[in-house]
Amino acid sequence: MLIDCPWCGERPLHEFTYGGDANTTRPLESTNKDPGEDLAAWMDHVYLRANPAGPHKEYWHHVSGCRSWLIVTRDTTTHIIDQVAFAAPRAKEVQE
Amino acid sequence: MRYSARSLLRNALSGQKHWPKVWREPEPKPAYDVIIVGGGGHGLATAHYLARNHGITNVAVLEKGYLGNGNIGRNTTIVRSNYLCPANIAFNDHSLKLWENLSSELNYNVMLSQRGVLNVFHTPAQRDAAIRRGNAMALQGVDAVLLDRKDVKKLVPIIDTSAKARFPIMGGLLQPRGGSVRHDAVAWGYARSADAQGIDVIQNCEVTGFTIENGKVLGVQTSLGAIKAKKVAICVAGRSSLVGAMAGLRLPIESHVLQSYVTEPVKPILDTVVSFGAAHFAVVQSDKGGLVFNGDLDGYNSYAQRGNMQTLTSAAACAASFMPCFGRLRMLRHWGGINDMTMDGSPIITKTPVKGLYFNGGWCYGGFKGTPASGWTYAHLIANDQPHDLAAKFTLSRFETGLTLNESGHGPMPGEH
Ligand SMILES: Cc1cc2nc3c(=O)[nH]c(=O)nc-3n(C[C@H](O)[C@H](O)[C@H](O)COP(=O)(O)OP(=O)(O)OC[C@H]3O[C@@H](n4cnc5c(N)ncnc54)[C@H](O)[C@@H]3O)c2cc1C
Ligand SMILES: [Zn+2]
Repeated sequence: MLIDCPWCGERPLHEFTYGGDANTTRPLESTNKDPGEDLAAWMDHVYLRANPAGPHKEYWHHVSGCRSWLIVTRDTTTHIIDQVAFAAPRAKEVQE
Repeated sequence: MRYSARSLLRNALSGQKHWPKVWREPEPKPAYDVIIVGGGGHGLATAHYLARNHGITNVAVLEKGYLGNGNIGRNTTIVRSNYLCPANIAFNDHSLKLWENLSSELNYNVMLSQRGVLNVFHTPAQRDAAIRRGNAMALQGVDAVLLDRKDVKKLVPIIDTSAKARFPIMGGLLQPRGGSVRHDAVAWGYARSADAQGIDVIQNCEVTGFTIENGKVLGVQTSLGAIKAKKVAICVAGRSSLVGAMAGLRLPIESHVLQSYVTEPVKPILDTVVSFGAAHFAVVQSDKGGLVFNGDLDGYNSYAQRGNMQTLTSAAACAASFMPCFGRLRMLRHWGGINDMTMDGSPIITKTPVKGLYFNGGWCYGGFKGTPASGWTYAHLIANDQPHDLAAKFTLSRFETGLTLNESGHGPMPGEH
């Protein structure tokens, strides 16, 4: 498997580490007095996954390259990669 | 027909032409008391114990491919109960006790070989962890023996125990009752026994949906049409999330590929199951002489039943460093299986929010050894609508309550367990 890093170009799998499903969003700082109300959102973020057979949006870290975190769309049945983008813009979006 | 010395002799004298088929090939009936989805080891074991322990025989096992196509026919055949969490020790030791009598119970030789399972360690911290694990096992009456470096050398002379080794070995933890089992025979033996007790084992029948009304399951849709059932039990290992989603379940599971590798056959050289401590790597010699290796997961979600080269290379490097005499062997084949990796590395055997629908999965890459106990406790759950004591902790709710069963302490990273 080769991943086309937007900074470094096509690089082999062993330069990257896997960061898991990129579809979950960390719940925002709680405003609820009762923490139980946030439990479902945290449960979903920490533990529950769609785990599809097909296109999967996932984090990869180019750890032995430019060290960027990437969001890769890869088919889990063929390993064909459709899209690679930096993760930073999405992280900013979520913060705002 | 019972297999015996007499039936062997009779069939030998009549040219081996009169052996009956091992199981029937029935058409699905319109309705069953219980439908089991998935004819892997666990589904077939569940069918056998539903009949044997609970007298429930109006049952169908629906398998989308052929029996044994999944992980039951792809694993490295290692059975043991050397766990750390008390619930996992108790469950897997019950399983080991069932293995010990399985060939005679099924009247089918599953070739259990209790040759011992040895996990070596390389550092004082790993030694402490091994002692802790051994003590946890001993507390439940399970066999565990601590070995020093010399004992390891005596037990398995081909291990490089020299100080020059890349990762010098300090000793090991041995479970003498651990060993290996012929995996295909387990699928065939359970299928034959379930069939003989009147259960329909139906191959090439894929479940494509569930019929659910008012929160209660009424049956399944399949590639061979709709079938009604009072109870439906999911048991599909690597495809748990996909089948679960058909019933609206969102699960704490990711599917990851694990590879196995087998070398050219050689004369008997290794009569113990051994695992390395410096990386994920284990080896067992098969009855045909091949050395069967397994190593790390490939490391990312996958539904492809094949693996990548870098993981193979790393397993081969482990082999050569652990037992240098393997360095010149040629690898013959490698294959992959899709493992249902949970967020804490332990399995799930539970009721679901849908009435009459049960879920068994999350076996990670260690569910072969649990096959008998999984079938035993799942059959109990289905028959009584109450969990069996030995599986009572394998819930879905443990993730919400914080009562996870995390052997390795890796946290919610399924690919790391
Ligand atoms: C390479 C490898 C090595 C391993 N080594 C070991 C080991 O040494 N020791 C150990 O204890 N464990 C080991 N394991 C793990 C063990 O093999 C599994 O945990 C266990 O086999 C899973 O249960 P099963 O046998 O029921 O799964 P499977 O045999 O995979 O059964 C699931 C069945 O469900 C069927 N199915 C899926 N979807 C549908 C559908 N929609 N409709 C109908 N049927 C469906 C599949 O076709 C399949 O036959 C290993 C696994 C792998 C891949
Ligand atoms: Zn890069």
